[in-house]
Amino acid sequence: MSSFACPAPLSPGARVLLGHGSGGTLSADLVRELFLPRFASAELNRLTDAAVVELEGVRVAFTTDAFVVQPTFFPGADIGVLAVNGTVNDLAMMGARPSFLSAAFVLEEGLGLDALVSVVDSMAATADRAGVRLVTGDTKVVERGAADGLYIVTSGIGVVPDGIELGPEHIDVGHAVVVSGPVGSHGVAVMSRRAGIEFDVDVESDSMSLVPLVDSLLEVANVHCLRDATRGGLATVLCELADASGCAIDIDEPRVPVLEPVRSACATLGLDPLYVANEGVFVAVLDASDVAAALEALRAHAGGSAAALLGEVGAGTGVHLRTALGVSRPLRLLSGEQLPRIC
Amino acid sequence: MKYRDEYYDPAVARRLADRLGATVTRPWTVMEVCGGQTHTLVRQGIDQLLPDEIELVHGPGCPVCVTPLSVIDHAIEIAGRSDTTLCSYGDMLRVPGSNDDLLRVRAAGGDVRVVYSPLDAVQVARDTPDREVVFFAVGFETTAPANAMAVRVAAAEGLTNFSVLVAQVLVPPAMVAILTSPGNRVQGFLGPGHVCTVMGWTEYEPITDGFGVPIVVCGFEPIDLLEGLVMLVDQLQQGRSEIENQYVRSARREGNATARAVVAEVFEPCDRAWRGIGVLPGSGLRLRLPYRSLDAAERFPRRGAETAEPEVCIAGRVLLGRARPDQCPAFGTDCTPERPLGAPMVSSEGACAAYHAAGRVQVGDPAVRP
Repeated sequence: MSSFACPAPLSPGARVLLGHGSGGTLSADLVRELFLPRFASAELNRLTDAAVVELEGVRVAFTTDAFVVQPTFFPGADIGVLAVNGTVNDLAMMGARPSFLSAAFVLEEGLGLDALVSVVDSMAATADRAGVRLVTGDTKVVERGAADGLYIVTSGIGVVPDGIELGPEHIDVGHAVVVSGPVGSHGVAVMSRRAGIEFDVDVESDSMSLVPLVDSLLEVANVHCLRDATRGGLATVLCELADASGCAIDIDEPRVPVLEPVRSACATLGLDPLYVANEGVFVAVLDASDVAAALEALRAHAGGSAAALLGEVGAGTGVHLRTALGVSRPLRLLSGEQLPRIC
Repeated sequence: MKYRDEYYDPAVARRLADRLGATVTRPWTVMEVCGGQTHTLVRQGIDQLLPDEIELVHGPGCPVCVTPLSVIDHAIEIAGRSDTTLCSYGDMLRVPGSNDDLLRVRAAGGDVRVVYSPLDAVQVARDTPDREVVFFAVGFETTAPANAMAVRVAAAEGLTNFSVLVAQVLVPPAMVAILTSPGNRVQGFLGPGHVCTVMGWTEYEPITDGFGVPIVVCGFEPIDLLEGLVMLVDQLQQGRSEIENQYVRSARREGNATARAVVAEVFEPCDRAWRGIGVLPGSGLRLRLPYRSLDAAERFPRRGAETAEPEVCIAGRVLLGRARPDQCPAFGTDCTPERPLGAPMVSSEGACAAYHAAGRVQVGDPAVRP
């Protein structure tokens, strides 16, 4: 069997594979086996979107995220929009009020300054809209070929108001599972402009600040956990929540909102929209009695008009998907990159 | 979504499943040939809607899965050359060779690129005239026309830095191999709808006639598969063995004449080894003589030693439909998509990977929830 040595993150002589960044099982192995034991941090071990730490008696949510999307510009957004909204949303998922951001830019020698201006302009406008201020930053330039245009790393902090306690440990049997919008749009929008695969599709990235949706939701519903369905898509997030909560999550596949062009593009490329990345969609676990109010509150926002009840939390483990034909099957983490199929 | 949602209608699915239940009076073992069909059957849980009498076994129709170890090793060797770019369909990248896979070759600095069309590989050759560009031409009759077209275009342009590593396989010889294998249990086939869209089904008529097994050319959506099963079981119950076409919106008896012509111009049949099965006569395609100079296997002869297929998993029996993935003692434990022991666990079209992605576990595993 040694002849079938396979990409395990910690086997001797192993290298980093793209799959280690996919959000699937390889990413999870890397985090759990390489990072967590070395940092030995209780907050990090929780693997939430942002850490909640106490500073002088105030609970502060703190998060960081790196943005390496290729291409830099794509329908509906660009890397700068993502870099602001991604970090803002990680804070929002803890119920925090995002206040301040930092940004570090890694620029490749030869990058057009007009592209940089355009990205920075959209970051500024996005920060304005999200109500956050960029208060510190850094710039580095690397030799041509050492980066792919530009990378942006943002960090953010915000205060978590008293009384808000969100996290997978609060998830319990009988809770309802809601999604805030249609899934797969961001991943398909980016893919539609990726070299070698360009196709005409009427889909824009869903990147947006989720703060207004979360605010409205928290006003009307007893919410236990929020998680934005970014890398690895809805399926990955549901698997992580089931795992972290020690409960089962039962989902009806036909209830999952997917825009028509996204569904078509995924069918053509052999991708499963449940695993395609989002930048403006989150999963909320809340009291079942609050579902109607929660959906009404979310649907009042443009980005929440397709909000839907997906299913419920049950006893047991794992995520279980009822297909359109009424048959139930477990939903798993992806093992690596989602590769378009051959025929 | 038009042309899709109507093939997922639960009421129609239930009606077709009830019809099967009312028709069937004795056990039948039938095989869906294509990996894409397996994927839908397992992902949508269609096998769980069927009457107990109907046993589905999964066919070898996953080109990634049947590409032999020696060809994978050859591709890995070529990808490791510093002057060469290897272009491949995405799902070949994870397939384990003897010691490596293409993803790891890429991580180690090899120039391995995913393309979505072989013509993209031709474009890479145009764009990088100082590099050798090799396209890994894998697939059944479905990929053969586009792969043949790339060869023809490159030859016509005189692109001397372009070549193809050919691992094309053909469906009908594999069906014959299944029917003639010792202990065969397959009594009827859901035929490969996309292969027949290209090639038609005249090549399948000798199989229905010679072996007395019915074949229904079938599509890939849930309702296609259920309708195909109704047609197939009708034939079995009535003692008929004919070719019927469920996939009327795509497949015709004559296939696609233009596509067949370009395939016939560029390729000719040859004997080819199938991973886990062995050499099947006339089951592959190779470049015809006028195009032989574009054969990467000749341009970059294999340097490494020929490796035998390790007998570590039951892939061969799975590919021949003689065992289900969840009957393998390694399934989901020693063999997972992250650490595949055999090729059917690698591609999403592979039967083992389809079972794994659908959350199936080894038969008898107490972790199964009702």
